[in-house]
Amino acid sequence: MARPVLDIKSQPGFKTLAILCLAILYIPILILVIFAFNAGDLVMSWEGFSFKWFGVAFDNQEFRNAAKNTLMISSVATVAATSFATLAAIGMTRVKPWPGLAAALMVINLPLMVPEIITAVATLSFFALLAGAFGLNFGIGNIMLAHIVFCIPFAFMPIRARLEDMDLTLENAAADLYASPWQAFKRVTLPLLMPGVASGAALAFIVSFDDFTITQLVAGPGQTTLPLYIWNKIRRPITPEINAISTILILISILFVVASFMIARRRK
Amino acid sequence: MAELASTADHNNAKRNRWLSAPALISIVIFGILPLLVILVYSFLRPANYGGVVWKFSTEAYSSFLFQRDIFDDTLQFTPDYLIIYARSIGFAVFTTLVCLLLGFPTAYFMATRPPEQRNWWVLLITIPFWSNLLVRTLAIMFIIRDEGLINHILIWAGFIDKPIVMLYTNFSIMLGLLYSFLPFMVLPLYSSLEKMDFRLVEAGFDLYANKRAVLWRIIIPLAKPGIIAGCLLVFIPALGAYVTPLILGGGLHLMIGDLIAQQFGSGRNWPQGSALALILMAGVLISLFFYVRNTTGKMHHG
Amino acid sequence: MKPKNAAIEARGVSRVFAAKGQQAVAALDDVSVTINENEFFTLLGPSGCGKTTLLRLIAGFDFPTSGEILLYGEDIAMLPPFKRPVNTVFQNYALFPHMTVAENIGFGLEMLDKPRAEIDARVAEMLKLVRMEDLAARKTSQISGGQQQRVALARALAPKPKVLLLDEPLSALDYKLRKDMQIELKRLQHETGITFIFVTHDQEEALTMSDRIAVMSKGHILQVGSPHQIYDEPSVRFVANFIGETNFLNGTVTKKGRVKLTAGPEIEAAGSASTGTVTVVVRPEHASLTTAAKGQLKAVVSNVVYFGTDTHFHVTLADGAGFMVRQQNSGGLAASLKPGDKVGVMIAPGTARILRD
Repeated sequence: MARPVLDIKSQPGFKTLAILCLAILYIPILILVIFAFNAGDLVMSWEGFSFKWFGVAFDNQEFRNAAKNTLMISSVATVAATSFATLAAIGMTRVKPWPGLAAALMVINLPLMVPEIITAVATLSFFALLAGAFGLNFGIGNIMLAHIVFCIPFAFMPIRARLEDMDLTLENAAADLYASPWQAFKRVTLPLLMPGVASGAALAFIVSFDDFTITQLVAGPGQTTLPLYIWNKIRRPITPEINAISTILILISILFVVASFMIARRRK
Repeated sequence: MAELASTADHNNAKRNRWLSAPALISIVIFGILPLLVILVYSFLRPANYGGVVWKFSTEAYSSFLFQRDIFDDTLQFTPDYLIIYARSIGFAVFTTLVCLLLGFPTAYFMATRPPEQRNWWVLLITIPFWSNLLVRTLAIMFIIRDEGLINHILIWAGFIDKPIVMLYTNFSIMLGLLYSFLPFMVLPLYSSLEKMDFRLVEAGFDLYANKRAVLWRIIIPLAKPGIIAGCLLVFIPALGAYVTPLILGGGLHLMIGDLIAQQFGSGRNWPQGSALALILMAGVLISLFFYVRNTTGKMHHG
Repeated sequence: MKPKNAAIEARGVSRVFAAKGQQAVAALDDVSVTINENEFFTLLGPSGCGKTTLLRLIAGFDFPTSGEILLYGEDIAMLPPFKRPVNTVFQNYALFPHMTVAENIGFGLEMLDKPRAEIDARVAEMLKLVRMEDLAARKTSQISGGQQQRVALARALAPKPKVLLLDEPLSALDYKLRKDMQIELKRLQHETGITFIFVTHDQEEALTMSDRIAVMSKGHILQVGSPHQIYDEPSVRFVANFIGETNFLNGTVTKKGRVKLTAGPEIEAAGSASTGTVTVVVRPEHASLTTAAKGQLKAVVSNVVYFGTDTHFHVTLADGAGFMVRQQNSGGLAASLKPGDKVGVMIAPGTARILRD
């Protein structure tokens, strides 16, 4: 078959730039990951392949504490944020506009609009005030509450998108076939909504898991998460242990992105 | 034309308000209320070891522009804070432009791949997007610091004797910002370009345009919503960046973000930090205002 | 004639939409109609006429602003859809994508808490009725459009509703499949004995399938009757125009049953008007062409359109009005006509009617 004379879609140089872009994005990460397997003690002098630094990391009690805290905070934040976001999405998507709906949508998206550092210092001040003036301190719960707030919009978006795509006549069909509103929700709406909810939960989890700025400013003593743990380690002589822990975090991110993609693929 | 659409229950405003309540209440209490708290704090006096003293003062705001001379007690104009803000804006603008220049061709290229291939490209860009920002910034640090990869290779190859200082400079911050926010530009652009109707491009060629004209007169105008979204998604976080100046700027507090954090930390001046944060917020709101104005205008054009 | 039970009766039903800051729109305006049991009843009209609105009110997806909707004498107007023994076949089928064909069909019975054995038996019966037995375990996204349509039907029939509502169910099918399904639907209605209320904008469909038709326009029912009555005895201009092709002739009544046309001759015309200027309708197939000398009306051929089985001859009459004659292509004089020829038009006796308005 003859090649088309004009490929209407291609633009000169764009392919090169695209590949350059990907290279820029991945090379630093790849280097970081590669040196996690460095047998030597100094980060940049390669002395052979070894898993030892992963072992060092896991052996460290502080690391395990940080991992435990991170998982706890992120799990709670994910469950809460995703539940709230699901309810809100159902109440706000493809419904007759209720008074205050526009403002409500802005509120839901607010955490995305405010730069993290501002949220971080505001939250810190808020909890300091609560502790100082009312004696209220939820401990690690403070961090969880802060995470729930910024996780909600991340969970909200895919659920809302799924609802907007959904065929509304299906709920009518269910009602027509004698399903009460609750039955229609349980047997038709919810199963069809699930991929969106799963997507939202995955996003909420990864956003909470990775958070550094807000967590750093709000956390009290003893409330270390994995990102904070890495930060603490930077101040001391740097060993490939940092690379090892960073690699673990990168792997978790990749896991979640791939999982998210597969969920999205399956529903199609 | 009427279709057999939603049943009445769906549109029950009371039900919908109750459903939205948990999310909204959480955000109002733990998201909006804290902002009000720092608003109040910005008008108070700092306490000795952090926190505030409940006495009204506008010093936090006046110190933004003026310092009280300790000798003759007059107010002197100090540009220090303004310089940092200006520098942050400069960094943010520069980052946005470079991300756009690099990101647009990338997004376009991705959007014009055959559908099966496209998913792989999206996956590849999405992974850095959702990866830990601290880790990614560390990756840059490892490469450019004095004992880092670049210097290591250059010294080992004999090109230089002493390491080139790249870390803790304007350069390192700009590099860090670019690296952090590049995926934030590519994804919205891709989203917009993917939905483009390429028959319009065909029409352009049919009417004697060359590739360059088609790019500037057809493709870019059509991608405008995506371009604006991408710019906003880069500019605002870049303006308030914290991790990047923290790791790549050393203790120099070159950007507002880590300056604010310092006020709440070793600087022990919460009111000052609050005021700086609110001034930053004002800047963000202005950018958002322009965004809303631009997009609503476009929507009416149809 | 045996008096039939009224399955559905609408009394003075109105549905007014009042949007903020806009004119109130009456999708239905004081509509009353009686639909008998075991009837194939069609609501026919162009888009926006209110036929779908009326269907929604019967199904329960909307509520009338005023009026009553009686199901076997009981007012169901304000009941939610899941409390009405009425089922719907949706225009886009609305099959549950996450369930198999069998699960879809059995859904209504499940919601009615029927025992498992009964559900399975009914589902099998329904699959046999619509001839889809091998596809029971398939997901609904994996079957063709025509098959989806039949599943939608089976699903709506499974709970043995008193009335079945069909919202333009054949509009997404291609021509041949449509024709097949029309016959199929008619057969199903006879076999099950369920009252069918069918909504369509396709007048040919309405004529072939219905026992009775209600022609609607702008929220009103203009005429209710059998296909013959609607076609041969249209009461108002809109109905005459909407159903089939019609010729409109102006004239004045000379005495009862006779009208002097402005185009020339005096002809016989049935209808109740006794004086004044009237419009007479003549169907194209009730007119024929002959030589200019022998015709009732003198005309000149303006256009000839060939349709395979027949030909439409567009002619201009003596008073300048247009007229169309439809003749089967069985040869004869008509075969050789071309634009510009002078011809004569004959109207078959007893076919001209005076319009009411």
